[in-house]
Amino acid sequence: MRDIEITEPVEITLNGELVTAQNGELLIDACERNGSYIPRFCYHSRLTPVGMCRMCLVEVDTGRGPALQPSCMIPVSDGMGVDTESDGVAKAQDGVLEFLLANHPLDCPVCDKGGECPLQDQAYAYGPGESRFVEEKRHNEKPIPISELVLLDRERCILCDRCTRFADEVAGDPLIHFIHRGSHTEVNTFPGEPFASYFSGNTVQICPVGALTASPYRFKARPWDLEETESTCTRCSVGCRVVVESSRNKVLRLQGVDSDPVNWSWLCDKGRFGFQAGNSGNRLSRPLQRCESGELSEVGWNTALDSAASVISAAIAGRGPQSVAVLGGARLTNESAYSWAKLAKDVIGTDNVDCQLGDGLPAELVLGLPGASIDEVCEPGATVLYLGPDAKEELPILYLRLRHAADFDGVKIVEVGPTLTGLSPYAAESVTAVPGETPSVLAALLDGTSEHVEASALLRNASDLKVVIGRANLAEDEAITVQTADLIRESVPGATFLPALRRANVRGALEAGLAPGFLPGGATLAGTLPTGWQSMPAERGGGAAEILEDAANGRVDVLILLGSDPLRDFPDRSLARRALAGAKTVISIDPFVNASAEQADLVLAASMFSESAGTTTSLEGRVTALNQLVTPPGTARDDWMIAVDLADRLGADLGVETSADDLAEEMAGFSDAHVVLGDGAPVGDGVMLDISGRDLLTSAEVEVPPANAYSLRLVLNRTMYDKGTLLEESESSAGLAGESVVKLSAADAAPLGVDGSTQVKVTSEHGSVTVAATIDSRVPKGVAVMHHALGDVDAGTLLVHGDPVCDVRVEVS
Amino acid sequence: MARLTPDNLLLARKIIARFPEPRSATIMLCHLAQEQDGYLSPEAMEQVAELIGATSAEVLGTASFYEMFKMHPVGKYCVNVCTNISCQLLGGEELLEHAEEVMGIRSGSTTADGMFTLEDVECVAACTEAPAVQVNYRYFNRVSPDDFDELLEDLRSGELSRTIPSHGTLGNVRQDLHGDRVANITSPSQQVEPAWFPNGDSDEGPAK
Repeated sequence: MRDIEITEPVEITLNGELVTAQNGELLIDACERNGSYIPRFCYHSRLTPVGMCRMCLVEVDTGRGPALQPSCMIPVSDGMGVDTESDGVAKAQDGVLEFLLANHPLDCPVCDKGGECPLQDQAYAYGPGESRFVEEKRHNEKPIPISELVLLDRERCILCDRCTRFADEVAGDPLIHFIHRGSHTEVNTFPGEPFASYFSGNTVQICPVGALTASPYRFKARPWDLEETESTCTRCSVGCRVVVESSRNKVLRLQGVDSDPVNWSWLCDKGRFGFQAGNSGNRLSRPLQRCESGELSEVGWNTALDSAASVISAAIAGRGPQSVAVLGGARLTNESAYSWAKLAKDVIGTDNVDCQLGDGLPAELVLGLPGASIDEVCEPGATVLYLGPDAKEELPILYLRLRHAADFDGVKIVEVGPTLTGLSPYAAESVTAVPGETPSVLAALLDGTSEHVEASALLRNASDLKVVIGRANLAEDEAITVQTADLIRESVPGATFLPALRRANVRGALEAGLAPGFLPGGATLAGTLPTGWQSMPAERGGGAAEILEDAANGRVDVLILLGSDPLRDFPDRSLARRALAGAKTVISIDPFVNASAEQADLVLAASMFSESAGTTTSLEGRVTALNQLVTPPGTARDDWMIAVDLADRLGADLGVETSADDLAEEMAGFSDAHVVLGDGAPVGDGVMLDISGRDLLTSAEVEVPPANAYSLRLVLNRTMYDKGTLLEESESSAGLAGESVVKLSAADAAPLGVDGSTQVKVTSEHGSVTVAATIDSRVPKGVAVMHHALGDVDAGTLLVHGDPVCDVRVEVS
Repeated sequence: MARLTPDNLLLARKIIARFPEPRSATIMLCHLAQEQDGYLSPEAMEQVAELIGATSAEVLGTASFYEMFKMHPVGKYCVNVCTNISCQLLGGEELLEHAEEVMGIRSGSTTADGMFTLEDVECVAACTEAPAVQVNYRYFNRVSPDDFDELLEDLRSGELSRTIPSHGTLGNVRQDLHGDRVANITSPSQQVEPAWFPNGDSDEGPAK
């Protein structure tokens, strides 16, 4: 049950007592709020009620005496009389349970749900205890896989319609359905068409019996053996709240928490099952150092930290602090991010620090734009301008919230981007703009000269425009996004922005100062010295691209990769390669030996999700808790501990007395945005930072070369499952990444002779790749789409950082 | 089996165009596919789903509710013998046994020549004419074992081919309504008068 604000109170008689309820709310909720819990199976507060299971029957006074009514289908009205505990209700509950159990196999001892099963619990609490049915129960093959991750045992199913309603209403993937309705009704998929939804794991969580189970948790533990803690999912930046459950120091399961401002209890499968990476056998448990033979071999922490400190000191003494660069930090907690910002900018004194890898939004935008929360964007009646990446692929729960807002709350989404996306079917208007042309298309929409009259009218008539802004195309220069934001600010002064950031704690890392030119709390280098700091960098440093450029040209002595993997993640792949080869010393701080760490001189083993405590900041600026439940493998440790130890060896004290909380407290002491953190660790839905924006905005003018009739504009974007380290190390998602393809519109494919799976050669000014071509109706004419980090084909070799757009030629090879 | 033939695909699109919501055409398109193939094949359900913008699972969910959509190939003639109470009392079960014997198959299966599928069914609403048999849903009343043998003979010889088309066929005559008559309904949001009021000029009478 969700807490609601009672705006229209009515009085009803509940079991003989007068109580207050909200007019029109469902009786089942009103009774529960007033202390009378009604048993239920099919009712779920986030799904449309259907009255399928009949377990919630109560006696409602109809004026002609009490009548049994399903309380999940009855809206409360003034003067209603309800009895939830009468003999009639008890008999009805007995009867319903006897029927529900008529075919249920009662295999609780071998069922994963046993111990946390609503059917089991309610059969004990409300059931008759014995059954009069002597007939043979129905038999089905048990269990059948309905997707890669989810298994279905139809014998246990009580046909509550929760999973099928979820698939249809919430996820929008109605791939499971009741079939053979009648006395043989069962939930199933269409033969050969699995329940391949990004959200399939939620059906397991809401199943009120053990019919749906997920392979990562099957037969792993009993509910009463689990230890649990609340935390926040860190697989993307939406910040879904979760309960992490472990047994014997091993995380076994994640469940979504019904957080009203964020995830409504839903999780995407990547978030739900991604914890498996932490249990991977490839986890780094000790530091590695490159020995004389050229191999990485295990060393103790003292040796590793000593040699890290000595190369850093040597670099500072040699070419000065700016020859040390720190790349990454979005994986870190807020506290760790702050400790690293302080280590880099105060102790070492370099400003060559960037927590993003050229694939995000500039710090000036994230910290400067007036913010909008997820709830504000999804507010009933709002108009949303969506300029981000495909939310279904990158920010799945934001996609669910937007989808719900469009379907149920009348939110009008106007989507402007290089291709149609997963959100397009729910958008009021989708306008495609060829890469590089977003600012001009948008300008026309906003000044009313666009041919897309309806989209234009929606945007122009919006009283309170909400903008979701992000990078829909990694092959397009980020300056074009800056230009777009600039344009919106100028044309629609009251617009507020939700940055569609991808990595978990980008916002927190930026707020902590892990960006060139910034100090914690969004202060710039021109500002005052933060409390507890001795110094700050003398000159402004460069962002990820400049750092890599410097490294490639031999100007970086120590390149610290703070949980980042530029070889796999920086869009301009050849620059990343040259940079790692050109940096004198590379230090990687990571839980895994990723592609970049393989080339490092020193790899420090870091802890991961649920192994360290702290806070994280979501894309909307919400700070929530990350709690520790298990210990990291071997001697792997938290990122802030590494920072403190390094600072110590460099002759400085980061000011940590006991725990990472000291870091949060220090930051709260001088940063206005972080004042909220001063009151101790955030609980529940967390606290919002001040997101009203700061006077930081810059403008950009980008010259986009005119499109050439012989070439297509490249769109490089991401899919949910790719070959990223954490996905590959996660047992259940390792095989889910698709093959590399280039997607073309039918109009562009026809003259090339591409008909489905033709191998083509994609050539840009800077390189070429051979890849299969497919026709995709979501791709507009003049555009070629490739996905980041899929398969062996490296689309990143086609582009060069700093080019406004990337033009490619596609030829059948 | 196959997807819809080009002619049937054209007809399918015409049918869809008659409804404000493409999904409303689900059942009609399933009939069309069953008429073409004699049963509703997985490929056909996939195609229906594509045409109406649903998932195959939704089409299967709807179609599988209806006993008269066959999800597996059936014979040219679907012979249903009623074994419900009235027919049972007047020899329905014995008739079914007889049918199994003469056809050489158990109820629920199809003869090797693909001619007949035998089924025992619940009440077909012909209690006054018990025991009742249906062939492709055409009634045969008060059927004795001898009548049944004769019926099979007539079906085999083609004697009854005019009155009983092969399984799945909806009718011998297909009416073609004019394309601009969109099933006489508008979407609920646009409705200004009850749906049962005829469109346009009331002198024209009911839909032609």
